[in-house]
Amino acid sequence: MSDEIVFILNGELTRVSACDPTRTVLQYLREDLHLTGSKEGCGEGDCGACMVVLAELDDSTQTLNHKAINACIAFLPTLHGKALFTIEALSQSAAEAHPVQRAMVDLDASQCGFCTPGFVMSLFAQYENRVQMSPRDIDDVLSGNLCRCTGYRPIRDAALAVKNYPAAEHAVIDVTREKLIDLQATLGTAPTLTMQTSGRTFSSPATLQALSALVIEKPDAQLLAGGTDIGLWVTKQHRQLENLIYLGNVASLKTIELTETELNLGAAVTWSEAMSAVVSLYPAFADLFTRFASVPIRNTATIGGNIANGSPIGDSMPALIVVGTQLLLRRGDKTRRVALDEFYLDYQKTLLAEGEFVEKIIIPRPRPDQTVAAYKVSKRFDQDISAVCGCFAIELAPETRVISSIKVAFGGMAAIPKRATEVEKKLKSTTWDEAAITQALASFADDFSPIDDMRASADYRLQVAQNLLRRFFVATTQPSALIDVYNYGR
Amino acid sequence: MAADTEIKATGGVGEPQHHDSAFLHVSGNARYTDDLPEPTNLLHIALGISHHAHAEIEDIDLQPVLAVEGVVDVLVAADIPGKNNYGPVLDDDPLLSANLVQYAGQPIFAVIAEDVSTARQAVDLAVISYRELEPVLDARTAVAKKSFVLPSKHVVVGNPVEALTQAPRQLSGQTSVGGQDQFYLEGQIAMAVPGEDNNMLVYCSTQHPSEIQHVVAQILKRNSNDVMVECRRMGGGFGGKESQPALLAGIAALAAQKTGRPAKLRLDRDVDMIVTGKRHDFAIDYTAGYSDTGEISVLQLSLASRCGMSADLSGAINDRAMFHCDNAYYLPNADITSHRCKTNTVSNTAFRGFGGPQGMFAIEYVIDDISRALSLDPVDVRRSNFYGINERNITPYKQVIKDNIIHQIFDSLEDSSDYRARRSEIQAFNNKNTQLKRGIAMTPVKFGISFTTTHLNQAGALIHIYNDGTVYLNHGGTEMGQGLFTKVAQVVAHIFQIDMEKIKISATDTAKVPNTSATAASSGSDLNGQAAADAANKIKKRLTKFAAEHFGTDTSSVEFTNNHVKVGSQVLTFNELIKLAYEARTSLSATGFYATPDIHFDQEQFAGQPFYYFAYGAAVSEVVVDLLTGENRLLRADILHDCGKSLNPAIDLGQIEGGFIQGVGWLTTEELHWDTDGILKTHAPSTYKIPTIGDAPVDFRVNILESAENQQETIYRSKAVGEPPLMLALSTFFALRDAIATPANTHPPLAAPATPEAILTASRPEAAP
Repeated sequence: MSDEIVFILNGELTRVSACDPTRTVLQYLREDLHLTGSKEGCGEGDCGACMVVLAELDDSTQTLNHKAINACIAFLPTLHGKALFTIEALSQSAAEAHPVQRAMVDLDASQCGFCTPGFVMSLFAQYENRVQMSPRDIDDVLSGNLCRCTGYRPIRDAALAVKNYPAAEHAVIDVTREKLIDLQATLGTAPTLTMQTSGRTFSSPATLQALSALVIEKPDAQLLAGGTDIGLWVTKQHRQLENLIYLGNVASLKTIELTETELNLGAAVTWSEAMSAVVSLYPAFADLFTRFASVPIRNTATIGGNIANGSPIGDSMPALIVVGTQLLLRRGDKTRRVALDEFYLDYQKTLLAEGEFVEKIIIPRPRPDQTVAAYKVSKRFDQDISAVCGCFAIELAPETRVISSIKVAFGGMAAIPKRATEVEKKLKSTTWDEAAITQALASFADDFSPIDDMRASADYRLQVAQNLLRRFFVATTQPSALIDVYNYGR
Repeated sequence: MAADTEIKATGGVGEPQHHDSAFLHVSGNARYTDDLPEPTNLLHIALGISHHAHAEIEDIDLQPVLAVEGVVDVLVAADIPGKNNYGPVLDDDPLLSANLVQYAGQPIFAVIAEDVSTARQAVDLAVISYRELEPVLDARTAVAKKSFVLPSKHVVVGNPVEALTQAPRQLSGQTSVGGQDQFYLEGQIAMAVPGEDNNMLVYCSTQHPSEIQHVVAQILKRNSNDVMVECRRMGGGFGGKESQPALLAGIAALAAQKTGRPAKLRLDRDVDMIVTGKRHDFAIDYTAGYSDTGEISVLQLSLASRCGMSADLSGAINDRAMFHCDNAYYLPNADITSHRCKTNTVSNTAFRGFGGPQGMFAIEYVIDDISRALSLDPVDVRRSNFYGINERNITPYKQVIKDNIIHQIFDSLEDSSDYRARRSEIQAFNNKNTQLKRGIAMTPVKFGISFTTTHLNQAGALIHIYNDGTVYLNHGGTEMGQGLFTKVAQVVAHIFQIDMEKIKISATDTAKVPNTSATAASSGSDLNGQAAADAANKIKKRLTKFAAEHFGTDTSSVEFTNNHVKVGSQVLTFNELIKLAYEARTSLSATGFYATPDIHFDQEQFAGQPFYYFAYGAAVSEVVVDLLTGENRLLRADILHDCGKSLNPAIDLGQIEGGFIQGVGWLTTEELHWDTDGILKTHAPSTYKIPTIGDAPVDFRVNILESAENQQETIYRSKAVGEPPLMLALSTFFALRDAIATPANTHPPLAAPATPEAILTASRPEAAP
């Protein structure tokens, strides 16, 4: 059990004791260390000017796995046992510049330069992970980096050109790897941390047992996973969080297990990790997950966090609801399974009892004759919050095309992620045809009375919800019809 | 001395030099105001703002704020020794409001604390009671209530009333175009450091250091020579750092003066977006008379802009909207009205284009409507309305256009973009597909270059050459990413024929060049390039005279070339010449000055020659729209743009591409949303959506017009490029409108921004006007 944060920063073993548990990595870098290369553009993980790269050891290969994250909403204690690179780790001299730096300069990819270190770090993570990127991959990798000057074309070109530069020889990477191996040997692969500063605590247990005990012992403590929402409570709402329990080091919450019947995801599995597992079962969810926030957010945000947070506009829930996802809840040594669509009671109210938490997300394998779809509609394609997120799962009798099962769920339409039960009732057991769709449309108004806000009006939401059912119908009945505007021309 | 003097020095005029700070950018070493080493004892400030759009303040209790550990002091209006105003034109922008709040977000007090978090947390503890008043929130309501920040303006050309009665056809309509947040990545910031003898040194992210200097002096009740302002670079400005930073600098200086300690005010992004001004949104009404082929004979146009609670720069912005509501089109008869509406919203301010984009949006909407009414290709209607070369060339404000190249640009782009073939291919596509529809549009840009407030068209520069042959360059322009410093250094390198790396580009500093204008109106390189050239040429003249005398030859035989100087048969390095000149006691320092010639404007008559020249361009956009949701994608953009004889094609290309995408954002996803109480709900990137990399078209073909020397004697015959390309994005808006137009809905009532919701709403058959 450690009471100080120990991590590797730009190749140096670094120790921090007695810090405010909600001090952000960006505050620490800029204010305490005067490393001012990482910038604050928004303080909410949306612009990427603060991008830094977390490096973790791959258990099997003992190589570094690099992940871009937003320093502005990451709490410093979450770095415990890890390694961090900031822009200052890259070359400080033009003669020895990293390929990413060279390409950005050569292709005139900076103008005002304020966003530039963030772009460099996002691309640095990809480069060091030896990922070859297509133009399309680049758009995804950089969806969490905003640039207001260039119009992005030269940045895209620079990202593509990086592979043409001689490989970087970067001592800091090797040094970091060696020191991280040493550090993990000291701390153990599941490091624990307990800090107390002016009465405020940060606890990072390593086992499920320790976690369960802590949650019961401190029922008012705030569970912290990726922190991509909780970070904003601090930076934007100036909330003082008294007790934090961090889930990121609980090994069994980070497991991904595929059985004959289901996919089990530990609640602290990040979106980046969950994506490929879920998409391999349900390829139709690929675009929704690609459009879920941005790479740096997905690198930290967890599937359990998205679900337990219970936001009405969280994008995972409608998709997971229609495929019959269940949650395993734990309190002490007692567990129970609940259906995800029954988990939400009201706006940000869930079934969770005091001392209880989400341990696993259980996603059934696809059923025969089942067709699923997930449609996200937002003002901007990438890194935006849904105005409406509509998900569908249908099972049809092969010959008659009679609907044997249909599930329809929406985000953005109610105070919770919610099934369109009236629409489902109208459709169930009817033949999947135009007439059935037309019949069902009126039932949307029975299921939902959405709100007007800055993302969309109630009218638009209702209209789009109906139209997404039409889109799903066309998708299932006219496979050659062009319906996919998101991928059009790319 | 066998150096090859035939090779050019690197970095001269016309070369695609990288931005001078490019490596500093990619290594995180470029310092912005918040990155400067902090003075010991530095205090941090947070703003306390109004949460009501329109109210009288009944009581303010700041005791709970002062009680917080780490809070040092608070500032309220009564603490201001001088003038409580930072408005650039009128005295209607209080730094801190004492009694009346006129928008939700108006600063009322400031907290000074030992650290940022404490200051920001303490702000929330203030207890303020208000008596709410009825707010006016939008331009149309303001017009109805005659609520204006400045008097309306009206221009009449020819005889519009009679022309309308004689017009074969006429059409009326109304639309609107939204505002836009600048969303510079670096938020607003200022740090004030008090010195001896009443001195105040202010570091500020500002496009207008001289204005900061004057405003701070007025607020502190000091003289301008007590205040020094410095800015090496901004992390983006786009007009948002023209008048707005004076608020931050004023408060930081006030805190520094009151406490005697250095003080910094850096706004959190949300506060920045709530407190500071944006692009004006406009309500537009029109009636046009035109021929069967779409030639406009008369246009009656009313432009009503939401200026917010004060005048700020709204006068000049709305003037520029009027100056550009012709875009590239001749209007033989016109009746143009401009209302500058006072509303209880944040005071809108400069943003790239400065009213020009909204004026152009209006005329392009009219032309689009006329084309659709006649079932003609809008490209043909646009072309038939273009200004002539030697006739049909007088603008509504009586300037004769002498440099019209829009025909050439339009023809060339129509051809290179394959516009006609693509239009028929799109038609075929749309006939086949029911859910996805494509659209295409080509639009021109003609943008007037100069500050329309004539006296602002001046600039100064200061150049030193040290006796080791290196050059120190300073001028009044500011660097916000547009590459101004690089371009001006290229001018100086070119004049001395030395490598650009020999020139040290220095921070803009009011102590070096006084009384500068804002770096705005796209004028940066035109003005400062000339001023720097003036200074460099003065020194060069002295060096030439010295070299001729020293080597006993004629000045005509002295030639600067590739870091060397030829003097008759002698060749010496530039450094050697400098050393000799220094030893011979030659002045190696000079100031330079420039004032744009030939411009004048009579505000009363709204007539004259406000612009030195025009910059031109055109763009073709192709889009696809989903009729089920209104979601859409920009598939391809072709651009041909006029930079005159480009000073730096790499930097100019960046301005064109970046301006275009910023314009696309303005017209599509960037929606500012206020609730019915006048509270801005889109005040962070989570809710306000500027383009991401995925929004940039995959197929993006951008060219700079070749062989296009400016007809005017601008610096090396180049043209300004900062603002004009933004308006190329009008093509994207009209391509979206094209995609959703149907025989049943020929004129989809699409307003900007064309969000998915706006598109879906306008595309419904029942929406047809």
